[in-house]
Amino acid sequence: MIERESLIRRYCHSTTGVIGLVILAFVVVMAAFGPIIYPVDPWAMVARPLQWPLIDTDAPLGSDILGRDVLSGLVNGARVSLIIGVSATAAAVAIGVTIGALSGYFRGIMDDILMRLTEVFQTIPNFLFVIVLVAVFSPSVFTISAAIAVVSWPPVARLVRGQFLTLRQRAFVESCVVVGMSTPRIIFTQILPNCIAPVIVTSSIMVATAILIEAGLSFLGLGDPNMMSWGAMIGFGRQSLRTAWYLTLIPGVAIQLTVLSISFVGEALNDALNPRLG
Amino acid sequence: MKPILEVRDLSIEAGPKAHPIPLVQDVSFSVAEGSTLAIVGESGCGKSVTAMALMRILPEPAVRISEGEIRFCDEDLVAAPERRMQEIRGNIISMIFQDPIASLNPIQTIGDQIIEVIRTHQSISKREARKRAIALLQSVRLPDAEKRINYYPHRLSGGMCQRVMIAMAMAGSPRVIIADEPTTALDTTVQAQVMALLRKAQTETGTAIILITHNLATAAESAKDVAVMYAGRIIEYGPVREVFIAPAHPYTQGLLGAIPDNADGDGEIAKLTEISGNVPRPGTLPQGCAFEPRCKSAQPQCRQQRPELTMSGARKVACFFPNAELAAQ
Repeated sequence: MIERESLIRRYCHSTTGVIGLVILAFVVVMAAFGPIIYPVDPWAMVARPLQWPLIDTDAPLGSDILGRDVLSGLVNGARVSLIIGVSATAAAVAIGVTIGALSGYFRGIMDDILMRLTEVFQTIPNFLFVIVLVAVFSPSVFTISAAIAVVSWPPVARLVRGQFLTLRQRAFVESCVVVGMSTPRIIFTQILPNCIAPVIVTSSIMVATAILIEAGLSFLGLGDPNMMSWGAMIGFGRQSLRTAWYLTLIPGVAIQLTVLSISFVGEALNDALNPRLG
Repeated sequence: MKPILEVRDLSIEAGPKAHPIPLVQDVSFSVAEGSTLAIVGESGCGKSVTAMALMRILPEPAVRISEGEIRFCDEDLVAAPERRMQEIRGNIISMIFQDPIASLNPIQTIGDQIIEVIRTHQSISKREARKRAIALLQSVRLPDAEKRINYYPHRLSGGMCQRVMIAMAMAGSPRVIIADEPTTALDTTVQAQVMALLRKAQTETGTAIILITHNLATAAESAKDVAVMYAGRIIEYGPVREVFIAPAHPYTQGLLGAIPDNADGDGEIAKLTEISGNVPRPGTLPQGCAFEPRCKSAQPQCRQQRPELTMSGARKVACFFPNAELAAQ
């Protein structure tokens, strides 16, 4: 890999990248420790319904139509959003890298078959496909992550395929062949590390997209019914949008900030990992 | 000496199977332990394709071996399965490429790359492999090997990278090294060092070297035998001194005539001769001798019939009218 110190230094050149990282770190800490520091059940009715923020100490960020604590929902929702965002992306990257590597390295018939398969997945609208998948299998964090992964691997596969097509022509790959290295070894130790930078950048954007898809699902009431998520909170607040708009605004801002911060991080990583800009 | 690697009637073709385009035809040569064979010729004469065929790294099925044998000991490498070839590559036959910087993985330290190669062929611990890697780098005279083993390729010069490549090629103690234009991308002073290094490695380990080059001086300096290729065929083959001092084929004469030679030290360089015309493209070879359209001493016979590679003194020549001087001997 590129030397670590210089990577951090180059990352810090980007102001938005640093801001994004700070916000993202805050969300991660909230997701990890929030429910321990603020142990209020997001489903429990703890205050008077429709209490505005900063009035009642029982519900510092207000309460919804059933008297549930918004702050608790926010804290617990961060967990769901991040778990789904990260696990769906990890699965999508795993599928995408495997398919892209196979078709880019072996080319020929293997490439034709895998790329037609990828195109089939790309022609189906993502969100509708996720809804169908979640509706078929009962919604849970696992099935939602899996469904999002199933729809979001094609761009990764195409990216990795392109990288493999160019990298396998390079002289250093040929010189690995002539010293007798086996094909899997060449793929894993030589080519894959060389195309990991664009994959990292793409996957940061995919985390943001996965969070948005999950929010959309929960908003439509197709999320995991046992987990409080930001999208579900917006869905609950929808009925009282005109009288208690803070119920949609607060989780909405949370989604916005998280997705934005991840995009910032992705962009800054793109520049930091690109040696030509260094 | 007994030949270690022997190529017999090797033909390589490209394009569709129904209408193949021959790239290399009926090439035969052999190289003995501890000796060097140079294959010289212009760009596009098939020398690099021949080298790739020896390693079986042709981009099959687009380019493939159509006929012939590559004998190592009693084994025919043309028929060897891919799994066996993986054992052979690096262990028995190794290769050095033209562009050393591009031949190294840019995001791996040179040490890790050498260790990777060592551990491909020997099951030894990382620590031992590292020791061996340092020893290899010292043997190719990389200054400060213990420190530089942790460097990424971009911190090394072209000459140093080529040393690293040689170290990697030597890692499996191969019996044959194919050096495909090993010095073309390097400065002249570094070229001499790299060639000296290859010769040193050869005397130490008894490796045979197949040197592919278009630099006749390099060939004359390092090789024992030389094979001159033209349009996919060997047209002259023999001991390097004899071939270069008294070239028999008009093409070899032309090649040697095109080198400025001031060895006499009289300060005046004789006018360089040139070979008019261009190398025929593969697939558009004339019916007779491939060199006939460019040959000064071409006769009607040359156009109708292709001369076979025949014994002429200590060498083989594919010409109906080889150098008259030689014929008189």
